[in-house]
Amino acid sequence: MTLAHLYEQPDVYLVVAAFLLATGIFGLMRRRTLIGMLISGELIFASAGLNFVAMSRFVSPDPAAGQIAVLFLMGIAAAEVAIALSIIIAVYRNYRSIVSKELSEMKG
Amino acid sequence: MNLTPLLAVAAPSANPASNWITLGLFIMFVATTVAGALIAVNTVRIIRSVSGLALACVGLAGLFYFLHSPFLALMEILIYIGAVCVTIIFGVMLAEPDEPAPETHKRPYPVIAPLVAVVIAAGIFGGLAKLALGHKWEAPVAKINDGSVAAIGTSLLSTYSMAFELISLVLLVAILGALVIARGGRTKE
Repeated sequence: MTLAHLYEQPDVYLVVAAFLLATGIFGLMRRRTLIGMLISGELIFASAGLNFVAMSRFVSPDPAAGQIAVLFLMGIAAAEVAIALSIIIAVYRNYRSIVSKELSEMKG
Repeated sequence: MNLTPLLAVAAPSANPASNWITLGLFIMFVATTVAGALIAVNTVRIIRSVSGLALACVGLAGLFYFLHSPFLALMEILIYIGAVCVTIIFGVMLAEPDEPAPETHKRPYPVIAPLVAVVIAAGIFGGLAKLALGHKWEAPVAKINDGSVAAIGTSLLSTYSMAFELISLVLLVAILGALVIARGGRTKE
């Protein structure tokens, strides 16, 4: 692993992806509002995407497959954000708050 | 327009300084990603957190460019910063999502809980990084395409055409569902 060609090694991309996953999980545990948890979830999506592209660039015999997987992943992430934000807005209308601790009552 | 990655092609050129400039750019993108992720999870105000997510996405787009995927770099900027971050900012405007002040919401375990979160996150990061660094990643003996935009387009409309149609269906259903959910709250009041 030479320093001059650091960007031609899969290791550094995988370590960055692991860091993004760890920060995303940390944010999911520490955030107290729903939007903060949503942002942490986006970090986890980004980590998965970076892993896909790094693997398809360096290891896979089909470099286009990983990029297509990441395109699909971006579509899923966009759909997830749309649904989650509409749920957050509906929750805010009912509770006047999106702090996750206050959303502890359930009613059918 | 030719979308082949210029930086990575220019790397083995005759000028030795260009290699170090490329390395400097790479380190800058890695630092942007890491800093953006840290800002996204550690700030109190949510709007700064969204800005951190956007910063991390800029860094990720640069990393995608270094991975010979300029099309994905474009899409990362377009979708994540242009659509996802802007949508979250709309959500921030419609709800008031700032973290509550510490005196109104006493946390039950002010010391232990952050420590546990840090330990779990550090364990995940350390374990995965050890796995990634410990394995010898070997290049494939032959590649069936070059990973260019043309190859992506061909695979997208031949091998992955079914998944392509399904993802459009998922997006349609998601948009309709979002409209229904957000509207249901309005009619109730």
